[in-house]
Amino acid sequence: MTVSVMLARGVTKAFPGVKALDDVTLRLDAGRMVALVGENGAGKSTLMSVLSGVIQPDAGVIELDGRAIRFANTRQARDSGVAAIFQELSLATNLTVAENILLGSEPVTALGRIDYVRMNEAARKVLDRLGLQISPATRVGSLRVAQQQGVEIARAIRGKARVLIMDEPTSALGREETQRLLRLVKDLKHDGVAIVYITHKFEELDGLADEIAVMRDGRLLTQAAYADMTQQEVVRMMVGRADLGPSVGNQAPSVVAGTALEVRNLSLRHPTRSNDCVVRNVSLRVGRGEIVGLFGLVGAGRTELLEAIFGAHGRRTSGEILVHEAPVRLRTPAEAVAAGLGLVPEDRKHDGLVLGMSSRENAALARIGLRGGLAFLTQSREATLVSPLLQRLGFKGPSVEAPVRSLSGGNQQKVVLAKWLATSPKMLLLDEPTRGIDVRAKSDFHRCIRELAAQGMGILFASSEIPEVLGLAHRVIVLSQGTITGEFTAAGTTPDQLLTAALPRGSREALLT
Amino acid sequence: MKRFLPGSARSFQSLGALLLMTLALSFATPKFLTVVNELNILRQISVNLCLSVGLTLVILAGGIDLSVGAVLALSGAVAAGLLKSGIAFPALGFELQFTVFGALLSGVLVGAIAGLANAFVITWLLLPPFVATLAMLSIARGLTYLWTGGLPITGLDPAFDFLGSGFVLGLPVPVWIVAILTILATLLTTQTPFGRHLYAVGGSERAAYLTGLSVRKIRVYVYVLAGALSALAGVIVTARLDSAQPNAGLGYELDGIAAVVIGGTSLAGGQGSVWGTVLGCLIIGVLNNGLALLDVSPFWQQVIKGVVIILAVVLDRWGARQERLT
Repeated sequence: MTVSVMLARGVTKAFPGVKALDDVTLRLDAGRMVALVGENGAGKSTLMSVLSGVIQPDAGVIELDGRAIRFANTRQARDSGVAAIFQELSLATNLTVAENILLGSEPVTALGRIDYVRMNEAARKVLDRLGLQISPATRVGSLRVAQQQGVEIARAIRGKARVLIMDEPTSALGREETQRLLRLVKDLKHDGVAIVYITHKFEELDGLADEIAVMRDGRLLTQAAYADMTQQEVVRMMVGRADLGPSVGNQAPSVVAGTALEVRNLSLRHPTRSNDCVVRNVSLRVGRGEIVGLFGLVGAGRTELLEAIFGAHGRRTSGEILVHEAPVRLRTPAEAVAAGLGLVPEDRKHDGLVLGMSSRENAALARIGLRGGLAFLTQSREATLVSPLLQRLGFKGPSVEAPVRSLSGGNQQKVVLAKWLATSPKMLLLDEPTRGIDVRAKSDFHRCIRELAAQGMGILFASSEIPEVLGLAHRVIVLSQGTITGEFTAAGTTPDQLLTAALPRGSREALLT
Repeated sequence: MKRFLPGSARSFQSLGALLLMTLALSFATPKFLTVVNELNILRQISVNLCLSVGLTLVILAGGIDLSVGAVLALSGAVAAGLLKSGIAFPALGFELQFTVFGALLSGVLVGAIAGLANAFVITWLLLPPFVATLAMLSIARGLTYLWTGGLPITGLDPAFDFLGSGFVLGLPVPVWIVAILTILATLLTTQTPFGRHLYAVGGSERAAYLTGLSVRKIRVYVYVLAGALSALAGVIVTARLDSAQPNAGLGYELDGIAAVVIGGTSLAGGQGSVWGTVLGCLIIGVLNNGLALLDVSPFWQQVIKGVVIILAVVLDRWGARQERLT
């Protein structure tokens, strides 16, 4: 029998109060991909951190080519050919793409100055391999999240990676970029790289994964050939109960008369190019009790549209907005909140939450300053305000006093949602609300959204996952290059129709052939 | 209540350090643990604490204010000048005389205006707080020299001096003033929406903005408060010395930042407390007093203070890591 590239045996890691990894054994072979699945909090990320040298295990052995090895840090791991791409991007946003990719191994001239020509060339080569259309001299901070993710991947594969661990690498990517990434992963496999691929999206695994490893509560339950397990079996194993069906389809909206939100001719000027628009002449209507999906590829302007409605772009926005049939002027988010709007942003860690605060403090944050809010704060009064909301959303954190930083993505998102429910909004805007959230939390979240709509709230949510858009929305609006290119009733619409409408002009035909 | 009482591990460290120092000093010299000396320490720290409380608000909201020392001098000088000679408008042909209360109020107003100017430069001209308040440091100091002509203003109304050197119920008046301010600031930061918003802005400005908080308004308030509190400290200094010195408050911004940092407030914003700053001021005060009683050279005192700052932050970071792991 051949020696595995990497073998983790009996790895155990405990944090105060939690056994994050419990006697985990995982085998990685050259040129094979192991799909690592499990609900959030199952221990996938901890396992990844142990394998890539971020943290050291309390017990157990990690072998590389059959020899026990101990990584003191990620640098050592990377030097041994073990690279990891975390969900949290770790790029220096003030540096250029090339500077980031070659950070720590910059080519220098004879005089010891950085050789930018060679540096940009080397970066270009890696980017080309990924099919990324980014100039190496661009500042990373000016890129969109999807592009930054690409740079992160470029940096990881720049060296001679033998083991590559990826944590939901496609969560921020659009469909096209996802396909490209998956092709790249396939190429890396052919080159003999052993790959660990953490994901929630099963559709990405077909034809790619060789094995599947399922984790639950810090234990690795099985590592089996991918073909030998059905998706049902895997999900059942992840969840640990048998009753999890697919999410229920969407019924027609409960008929509530009236409009929750109407947008007329909304345009958003480009931040630097003043005669260019990021969002152009968008008009849309969301009825009370209606769930409207906003579909589009990365860069279509979904986030910008939601933020512009919410007043986050100030004077760059033009157009009319009506909430419950009354015209409102939304120049700041504060005005939007006062008018009865709430926004769940795409990047919940940085835009949705104050990470240093507890769940209670975060959930109360929008309410306490509003008219009729709490004038004098005490822990118990705030808890009385937020606990029922969190409970209703199925919050499963240890306590509302626990720092929100320590919660799983699903629970964090529930805190963000609770923050808005506390203000009794008329209209909720959600931007990729279930990104990076595990299967069960996702269906929980969908159920909450349906309940809120049933009570008469208007919902406008952006998503790049077609099943989610078609499964949750009553009506779907498709955005491409900042304008509306299609509108569908969710029932009876096929993924192809949405996708065709979402493609940028010109490339539509190209993809269809 | 977590931020109000020394409930968290961070405050415990500062409190522990303070108790340890007190214990050590009371064994080292019999002169330390006496009522007279303790009152002396309290009075000595009251000026630093007064401006440090304002500084804490600014730093919690993610900013910094380097102008507190200069604003202290300007406000003290303005209050003293108005009290002594009033202000004349020859062109309009009339003169204004000031009561003690009027002079005090004017001084505080000058500080608030300086704070407002800081806020304007930071929130409208979008300069980094460090640069904006560095400029104000220079401007306020320059204005102080212009106002005083570089000479001290002395011989003030005894009723005014009472603010600095009087006693009420056995405690120095400055201690009363600062104690009340500290309690108010603690209530403000822990029990009001404004206080919570302050932490939110310091913790994540973007999240605060997208939650609908008026980040700009919050900024303006903290800088105005910091200016007003520095001004009050200036009035206290002037009253205690019975004179406004153009060089008053030189370097006080650094003592203030030291107290805030030793008290466990993060310069990155969003983490810390007014209570911590009280401990920070006490630690610096006890240290200065104790070293003086032990006849340690003031030059060494400076060196030791520097080491204490490093120690405090290292301990604090260690404490933060313990907290995160639990």
